[in-house]
Amino acid sequence: MKLRHLVERLDLGVLCGEDKLGNEVSGGYVGDLLSDVMANSSKGNIWITRQSHQNIVAVASLREHAAIILALGKKPDDDTIEKATREGIPVLATDRPGFEIAGQIYALLSNDRSFRAGTES
Amino acid sequence: MSRAYEKTFPVEGDNFDNAGTASIEIKKILKDLRIDEDVLRKTAIAVYESELNIISYARSGNITLYVDDDTINIDVEDEGPGIEDIDLAMQPGYSTATEHIRQMGFGAGMGLYNIKSCSDLFEISSTPNVGTRLKIIIKRNGR
Repeated sequence: MKLRHLVERLDLGVLCGEDKLGNEVSGGYVGDLLSDVMANSSKGNIWITRQSHQNIVAVASLREHAAIILALGKKPDDDTIEKATREGIPVLATDRPGFEIAGQIYALLSNDRSFRAGTES
Repeated sequence: MSRAYEKTFPVEGDNFDNAGTASIEIKKILKDLRIDEDVLRKTAIAVYESELNIISYARSGNITLYVDDDTINIDVEDEGPGIEDIDLAMQPGYSTATEHIRQMGFGAGMGLYNIKSCSDLFEISSTPNVGTRLKIIIKRNGR
């Protein structure tokens, strides 16, 4: 499923990476501990977090995430957006809590043939 | 054996603004060398955790990457407080991170454990008040 589809269906704000909305979303990961996200998320994941400082960009870049979603109206630091733009990582925003947005993304992905829960690499 | 690549990346302690810079650069180099996806993933995790350990705990350090035909080698050495009890530090969840470090989502006590999990060979040595050294080898042909 294309990132653009999720952005439109869930009315997510696009803080940067407008040109990357064609990214394919392989699945998702929720976490605020960076080591956990580094170790356990997967390539192409959409990462839902409440961390908003610039260090999230390196994690998303290293794991080649499709995008970062800042949940619960969390505002990013200025240098987060600067760095994300440079690394080509879309940063999205929603006022809804992580649990809700994760559930909605999961539901949308589950209807998508290319998504197999728990088996994406 | 011919070495395809060797480079050292200096890392400055307590500079969280640049955290991940060395790791991202190393990953780009390995990608250009067409390293296998799973090896790339393991190397990225090991290097990132090593870089963050230097930034979080040491004054300064170096990460040296060398790639030969069969292996990715990462040597990490830092100047800093060192580790008193290595067995304890290796335990998942054990951390001496400050509140400031934890607030950023670091210091979960998973760093060394994750590095070891991603390595085919992992050696750690440390001298309190001097520094810590890691030797990490990841095989290029996967498991």
